[in-house]
Amino acid sequence: MDRASVMRRRSLARRAVDPSSPVWRMDGVLLVAVAALCVIGTMLVWSSTRTWAPGATGLVKKHLLNVAIGAALLSAAAMVDHRWLRIYAPIIYLVTLGGLVLVITPVGSTINGSHSWIVLGGGFAVQPSEFAKVGLVLLLAMLLAQPVEGTGRPRGLDVVFALLATGIAVGLVLLQPDLGTAMVLVVITMGALVIGGVRKRLVVLLALAALAAAAAVWFLDLLEPYQVQRFTAFLTPSTDPRGVGYNSTQALIAIGSGEIFGKGLFEGGQTTGRFVPEQHTDFIFTVAGEEFGFLGSVTVVALLGVVLLRGVRIAQQCEDRFGTLVAGTLVCWLGFQTFVNIGMTVGMMPITGLPLPFVSYGGTATFANMMAIGLLQAIHIRERPY
Amino acid sequence: MASMRARLVVLQILVISLLAVLAVRLWQVQVMRGPEFVEAATETRTRAVVVPAVRGQILDSAGRPLVRNRTALVVSVDRTRLVRLNDRGEAVLRRLSAVLKEPVAHLRQRLRSCGPGVTRPCWPGSPYQPIPIHDDVSTRQALQILERQEEFPGVTAEIQAVREYPWGSSAAQVLGYLQPITQQELDRRKGLGKGAFSGVDVMGRDGLESVYDEALRGTPGLRRVAVDRLGKAIGVEQQVAPVPGDTLITSIDAKVQHIVERALADAMKSAPRADGAAGVVLDPRNGRVLALASAPSYNPAIWTGGISEKEYTALLSGSKGKPLVSRAIKGEFAPGSTFKISSVAAMLRDGYPLNGKYDCPGSFMVGNRPFNNFRGIGLGVLTLHTALVKSCDTIFYRAAYEQWQRDGGIKPKPTAKEPMAAMARAFGFGTRTGIDLPGESSGRIPGRAWKEELWTATKDTSCKRAKTGYPEVEKESPSRAAFLKRLAYENCLEGNQWRAGDAANFSIGQGDVLVTPLQLASAYAALVTDGQVRSPRVGWALMRPDGKLVRRIEPPVRGKLPLSRKERVYIKNALSEVPSDGTAAGAFGGWPMDQVRIGGKTGTAEVYGKEDTAWFASFAPTNNPKFVVVVMISQGGMGGSSAAPAVRKIYEGIFGLGAQPAAPAQPGAAPVPARAALPDRRPATRLPLIKPDGTVGE
Repeated sequence: MDRASVMRRRSLARRAVDPSSPVWRMDGVLLVAVAALCVIGTMLVWSSTRTWAPGATGLVKKHLLNVAIGAALLSAAAMVDHRWLRIYAPIIYLVTLGGLVLVITPVGSTINGSHSWIVLGGGFAVQPSEFAKVGLVLLLAMLLAQPVEGTGRPRGLDVVFALLATGIAVGLVLLQPDLGTAMVLVVITMGALVIGGVRKRLVVLLALAALAAAAAVWFLDLLEPYQVQRFTAFLTPSTDPRGVGYNSTQALIAIGSGEIFGKGLFEGGQTTGRFVPEQHTDFIFTVAGEEFGFLGSVTVVALLGVVLLRGVRIAQQCEDRFGTLVAGTLVCWLGFQTFVNIGMTVGMMPITGLPLPFVSYGGTATFANMMAIGLLQAIHIRERPY
Repeated sequence: MASMRARLVVLQILVISLLAVLAVRLWQVQVMRGPEFVEAATETRTRAVVVPAVRGQILDSAGRPLVRNRTALVVSVDRTRLVRLNDRGEAVLRRLSAVLKEPVAHLRQRLRSCGPGVTRPCWPGSPYQPIPIHDDVSTRQALQILERQEEFPGVTAEIQAVREYPWGSSAAQVLGYLQPITQQELDRRKGLGKGAFSGVDVMGRDGLESVYDEALRGTPGLRRVAVDRLGKAIGVEQQVAPVPGDTLITSIDAKVQHIVERALADAMKSAPRADGAAGVVLDPRNGRVLALASAPSYNPAIWTGGISEKEYTALLSGSKGKPLVSRAIKGEFAPGSTFKISSVAAMLRDGYPLNGKYDCPGSFMVGNRPFNNFRGIGLGVLTLHTALVKSCDTIFYRAAYEQWQRDGGIKPKPTAKEPMAAMARAFGFGTRTGIDLPGESSGRIPGRAWKEELWTATKDTSCKRAKTGYPEVEKESPSRAAFLKRLAYENCLEGNQWRAGDAANFSIGQGDVLVTPLQLASAYAALVTDGQVRSPRVGWALMRPDGKLVRRIEPPVRGKLPLSRKERVYIKNALSEVPSDGTAAGAFGGWPMDQVRIGGKTGTAEVYGKEDTAWFASFAPTNNPKFVVVVMISQGGMGGSSAAPAVRKIYEGIFGLGAQPAAPAQPGAAPVPARAALPDRRPATRLPLIKPDGTVGE
């Protein structure tokens, strides 16, 4: 009886507590950094929701539930052999794609202006586009993991499939419309292609094509007016501080007024006064900036850095191509989201609706991010093929 | 795999550099530009709310409040927020009208800014301040507004101190009134910080409220309130408590003031054509004002909460007697014979002997025109003493005529002495007394120079009228038109000449001589005491609300009579016989002179085309005067029969003599039978004691 079948016969819980279990081979530094971010995130959600959400603790209970579910998903993903995922990647991709299609049908709901949700009832709702990120990562890694013999470059047909898969997902996400997620999907694809070893020429060409597409979208007026305004407001934030520039101006004021040491948890006047909109989700970093100051916000940035660099390390140490591709692409995803989210709160990036990984409130995003960490752990655990 | 690793190194570097960029940017935003954003945060997060200081009370000399504060629930509307609403606040006003039970049109009127062509009620204050539209709502109404703020954006109800006048219209012109601060005044008042507007910023506009505004106002406090993005207050960040204004203690005695006002009202009732009256009570020893009354009066409470057009017009209308104007300090009237104290003094200084004998014929020829005694009766040869008691005119005509001749007559010497005018100025006539009330008139002491100036200013008109006549008057009264034409001709030809008739009229307080009742009281006060002409004061002291003295207000001395003590006593003694044996004997018949002896002088001044102005200037007790009382009844007729009885009533009230019911002890209480307003028979000598808790002690 081989080892794998023995393991399969024992229950999941028994396997987890076994000292020889792969659970104990997880990347501890990565886990601690993610846990720290979740703790900080919980405090920030508390601070930004306690003034208006029902109950003394605001949305903290719900957030903790999300984190707990996320932790379970992380563990589950870490248990799975990532090579097994390689086999099921197309199916996972198709399932997530099905979620995106479902959103467009009458099953989907509009929350906060974007038609990205499926309401489950009982106050819960999921955002299929978050899972689509995971599905796309896995599919792209599967497609690009099989290089042409001796070259290390993916096959042309696989690249075409990869682009096609991206196109479908991006198209469905843009229908919602969710520009932020679409950008993340594009970045995931670009990352996968570059790490997968596609010719530089092709990468440049694709980048140009993406720019051209963006230009076409811009000039054909395919964007919603509010999206255009957000971009122009980013370029000149002071032109209309009460209107569309309001978000970025208020975010800057909140962060800047934290100075070096911050005003202390629950002491931030800008946060208490709810001057920054969407502060518990997309603008959660402003709470850190105001209440924990420069030291606190840099700590958050550093913790995210630890997560990302551990991800890069896992990708580097993995000895099979699929694992490396998945890990590297996950880093591209989380890194892009981190940079864009924090960048928009400090006035370096236009405002796009992207949450800050592990910190922002929001169930589906937390689930997807934790699953991503679970995948990284799974790759870490099985970095050498047996 | 090797090339893949290399690309992952690129990713690693990319991650590190992007995060480094974020860290640098955070350093820039939070550390380098931190203070800038702290300021911006304070600006967006907080609103400065001015906490008005409680305005100081105004008390009388016994500590009774003349003006106090009552707390009222005041509803204010922020117009700038209303106009930003879609319907420019129409719906809000409709809802407000339902709560306040007032027509929408009224509310809308109160929200308009005052300006040319806008009738009252309108808002005279700054357009950026919340406008109080109702100054006494019930708690229920206030809660209706406060609990449904989403239905009443820009409308607030808060407790404010509102001025209250326990004695009603008493001393209205002395106390003055408050009005909202205007935008210009607000701009001028620095130190409050920008944006620190308050709907309750008011300024004293007249009377004591205006003169002592700075002290009464106090220092407003500042409350920095933290607000959320909807402007809802969520906490207090900073609080500077307001410093309440000082309490102004006046030398006014509310009871005496009340007695004077009732005496004036009675006098006006019994003189059918009287159109106004004034009464002044001074403490002659120090120049403090015990009462300063002007009739008709009004209740200053009408100013609070926005005055209506009808009320405002009434305050200024001639037919209602201009109740806003204090006749005691602003009214200028010919003083008649009360002025003779100055003329006698001028004769003495000009060398006429104090104990000489002077002929008082029924008529005296000034040049070619006869000047008559009252009713043309000759009184024989008199001393100056008797001349004053019996109010002989011809003695003064003769003296004035002789002085005029000595000055060169029609062609004056360059060194014309004009003794009568000079003495009048020494008594303080012709210049403001400098009382601590605004808008005082200076009166007029005419003379050669004045005549010249007037002629220069008016000769063009006079000369034109001398030619064209007065066709518009001719239709109604041809004789009056003819008289006016002749007058214009004379004025054009020789209007610059100080004629003998002018000098003669001057000597008995007629012609162009004008004095205010306060000036006359001040002059008598100087004469019957130490000869010092004082600048009267209503304010006595400023105290903190807890009774700590801030400063005393001392009436300054502004001049000295050029008379010896002997001469002053001589005149005083003469005046002391007027109520018993002279022109006021009728009014003071039956007065217990053995208890309190009163001295005084009647005056009956002729006014062209009108009834005479009645005067009585008096002092008591005669041996050591502690009161000077002057009453003037405009168009009241004879001084002895119109003004003197009013003065008698005032003394009856002060000393508790006679059948006069005394002033009520409390505002609104029924008058009690004769009891002295001042049982000690002298004005208050000590400031009222204010205890640390603000109550007035015994």
